[in-house]
Amino acid sequence: MDIIVENLTKKYGTQKAIDNISFKVKTGEILGFLGPNGAGKTTTMKVLITFLIPDEGNIRIGEFNVIDQPEKIKRHIGYLSENNPLYSEMPVIDYLKYTAELYGLPKSKIKNRILEMINICGLQGEKHKNIGELSKGYQQRVGLAQALIHDPEVLILDEPTAGLDPNQIIEIRELIKKIGKEKTVLLSSHILAEVEATCDRIMIINKGKIVADGTAKDLRKHAQGKEILQVTIEDSDKNDVFKNLQELKTVSLVDFIPGKESTFEIQSNPETSSRRSIFKLCVDNGWTLTEMTVFETKLEDIFRELTMN
Amino acid sequence: MNNIWIITRRELATFFNSLMAYIMIIAFLGFSGFFTWFLGSDIFFIKQASLGSFFNIAFWTLFFFIPGLTMRLFAEETRSGTIEVLLTKPVSDWQVVLGKFLSTLILIIIALLMTFPYYITVASLGNIDHGAVWSGYLGLILMSAGYISIGLFTSSISNNQIVGYLLALFIGIFFQIIFSFVAIYMSGFVGEIFNFLSVPTHIESISRGVIDSRDLIFFLSLIFFGLILTEANLEKSRL
Repeated sequence: MDIIVENLTKKYGTQKAIDNISFKVKTGEILGFLGPNGAGKTTTMKVLITFLIPDEGNIRIGEFNVIDQPEKIKRHIGYLSENNPLYSEMPVIDYLKYTAELYGLPKSKIKNRILEMINICGLQGEKHKNIGELSKGYQQRVGLAQALIHDPEVLILDEPTAGLDPNQIIEIRELIKKIGKEKTVLLSSHILAEVEATCDRIMIINKGKIVADGTAKDLRKHAQGKEILQVTIEDSDKNDVFKNLQELKTVSLVDFIPGKESTFEIQSNPETSSRRSIFKLCVDNGWTLTEMTVFETKLEDIFRELTMN
Repeated sequence: MNNIWIITRRELATFFNSLMAYIMIIAFLGFSGFFTWFLGSDIFFIKQASLGSFFNIAFWTLFFFIPGLTMRLFAEETRSGTIEVLLTKPVSDWQVVLGKFLSTLILIIIALLMTFPYYITVASLGNIDHGAVWSGYLGLILMSAGYISIGLFTSSISNNQIVGYLLALFIGIFFQIIFSFVAIYMSGFVGEIFNFLSVPTHIESISRGVIDSRDLIFFLSLIFFGLILTEANLEKSRL
């Protein structure tokens, strides 16, 4: 089931939480939703799951319209809320049964499906405990289990790995990736590395508007066409090297790196590379080139650049 | 229909798992039993084979106990955020409201069923008017249903349970006594209206053994308005 969002606007009072955004998520795609706090990620998700009613715009999930047919859409969506609210006084197994019944799973299948979910989410040891007694990590698994119990075609996960330890994070990521192969997944996160590791596509949202949309590779290319190198040149006079580097045609900026003798940071002009000419320069002058590192623009930098004003 | 029952069952399980139900039943039986059999205008004092004194005391105990049962129903779910998860399941707002309403009503009915030994005892002591007993119970159930719907509404207003409790008592006290007082001092049509809005008027008329359509209309519309306001409150949270 594809998710198609067209010109969605949601206001809280006079403030626009989401400002006229449009996007599409295809079946089998995992879309990562990034943005600073208060950017409108959670609001967008709450509109998609039919909890909030949008002020303007049109949303379709599969053949259903969110505004006209919420009851039908709900059956096809699995949702994990941001802080994963659960009934703390209920035993895990009872809660999963309750959820399965609400989704209208046939009685004969409920038992097997619950056992399956308990296995997938690693809850065997905890199934008879009250949810309130579980650690944050296990509660997160219960949240995931209730979102997956009816085998939904669309999964909407608001910060699915919040509060988990590194091992659990990796497990949950693997799980999402596995599930995401046949389903449409939209997940939000603060952690850029996570989005990069899990998602096929990344969308960055800021102040209710989409500021970037594409694969991690696309975003890097788009945000910074410039090559940045760290170069160490020895057996030479520092200032002489500096002057010569600056004279190279492709180089736009040379900088000393504080605390490091004879190491330079070199920024090239857009769309060009200075690696060959630096090597040639060293050969011609008889200098020794001991290091040349290409710096990749970090996703963090792109994120900061797009979301800071 | 099925969804309503699933929600009702969960709420009932919560009542019983959290001791709320036991406390409510024991306190209710304790209060009403004490005043029916031992103190004040009890059965031995009035020397009649009638459950009138029990109905009088239950009338007040239920008034104070019901908001205590309903205050949690929405306030806790909005505070913890579980209401959001519940409403993203394929259930409608109405099903959620009705499920919670029914669960509390069933709990009250269970508590009332446990007073049946009183009925049996009194019936064995003298010549009891069976019709009056049944209609007395019916009156209590209708009244409880009305206060449950008010309690549900006040619970949906704020995520603070105490606010829900006090507000339910505040609204309830108008129906419980204030309207009947006002009715005494007002004459003509206005007096009639306040008289119609007062719960004791209808309870008295029902407990005489006559079930008038006016009484049914009053209680059913009280329930209906309470529930419709609750649903409107749920709806409001998603705009």
